[in-house]
Amino acid sequence: MADPVLSLAGLEKSFDGHTVFANVDLQVMPGDRIAILGASGSGKSTLLRCINVLETPDGGAIEIGGKAVGDGSRGGPARFSERELCALRQRVGMVFQQFNLFPHMTVAGNVAEGLVTVRGIPAAKARERALAELKRVGLADKADTYPSRLSGGQKQRVAIARALAMDPEILLFDEPTSALDPALVGEVLSVIEHLANEGRTMLLVTHEIGFAYHVATKIVFLAEGGIYETGTPDEVLKHPKRPLTRQFLAEHQRFQF
Amino acid sequence: MNYNWNFESVFDNWWALAIGAVGTLRLFAVCLVIGMSLGLVVALGRRSRSRPVRWLSTAFVEFFRNTPVLVQILWFYYALPILAPIEISPFMAAILGISLNSAAYSAEIYRGGIQSIEPGQWEAARAIGMSGLQTLRRVVLPQAIRRIIPALTNRGVEIFKMSTLASVVAYVELLQQGKLIASLNFNPLEVYTVVAAIFLIILYPIVRMTYSVERRLARSD
Repeated sequence: MADPVLSLAGLEKSFDGHTVFANVDLQVMPGDRIAILGASGSGKSTLLRCINVLETPDGGAIEIGGKAVGDGSRGGPARFSERELCALRQRVGMVFQQFNLFPHMTVAGNVAEGLVTVRGIPAAKARERALAELKRVGLADKADTYPSRLSGGQKQRVAIARALAMDPEILLFDEPTSALDPALVGEVLSVIEHLANEGRTMLLVTHEIGFAYHVATKIVFLAEGGIYETGTPDEVLKHPKRPLTRQFLAEHQRFQF
Repeated sequence: MNYNWNFESVFDNWWALAIGAVGTLRLFAVCLVIGMSLGLVVALGRRSRSRPVRWLSTAFVEFFRNTPVLVQILWFYYALPILAPIEISPFMAAILGISLNSAAYSAEIYRGGIQSIEPGQWEAARAIGMSGLQTLRRVVLPQAIRRIIPALTNRGVEIFKMSTLASVVAYVELLQQGKLIASLNFNPLEVYTVVAAIFLIILYPIVRMTYSVERRLARSD
């Protein structure tokens, strides 16, 4: 069996004394597509943000490619050096709910920014790569416009291209369609599905349960401060074993027709 | 009012005013550069992770914001040489007083501008592996500076006008030269009118220029 790309052991996070989650263990194998579901406030986004240390975990260990990140040798929560964080985040791409494009840069500039500033790749070459990524998300023709001219769906596709440009080993999607008009959700999900079909490793926090069912290889349901139920989409979404999972799914299916 | 305006005695001394204008511009240029760049350093200091750096930067801002520039210039000129074995020229005293005061004010402007940038911008930049400094330089400051250009322009205009305070230590600038001409020719009305007009004539085009910079930078919004 291959080594996990990412492994979390006993991961723990609390805010102001309130534990969001504790004892989260998770192994992500190459090509895994893990959908993280849960009620709002269950810590889905926080878990995702702990993986690239946008939130500093309060305990537990993170390993990427078999190597531990953070220095836990002094006891207590692991410490992360600036250098280590920059290296880690280049290997773990993230797409945000609110896109967070850089409004003062063109679309191509947004995608090339990491290559130029972080990797030191010459501007012309970085642009070439940026255009290739934009083509992948179907926005090559928007390269020289500013983000303010794009629809929400287009912005999110640019944000995906920006993450892809860094060649990450894992992609984290934090509710990528939650800020979108229903009519624009489809184009973003198609791009993510396309990436899934390419065999990319990804973790996806979403409310689109139907999408999770079709695209994910594994479902993680968060509740009660940890992983409450996990398994294949069929196991968790079709035949949930535990009451909170059932309740959550029932709520989501209430208005289906 | 039947005053008989007579500008001749002012224009006869145009060269004295020209020397004054050069002195004003020189002081303005130095204080603008020092004030604005030191202001950025202090603003970043107030956001530092190190507590002593934060404390020092805050103390700097509060001290120089809450003491009059005029008093500072006099203090640097007359008091500092008593404490330290250094000679301070009127130019130096004026630079110190005006630059430090402007740095304190512009630090607050920078800080406000940096704080106004959504946390998502920091996160997005950090998430592609940029360091804190790279994020600041490439993502946060370019956006923040756009937003604070009107406030910085005000600061610049203020620095220009504050240069007249240097006349208190007899630094040769426009007001100082005006005073000199007025005392020799007994024509304060004409002299100070001309001095005010010169300020307006120099400042207004500069301010117009910053408007057009503002418009150009707003292109992407």
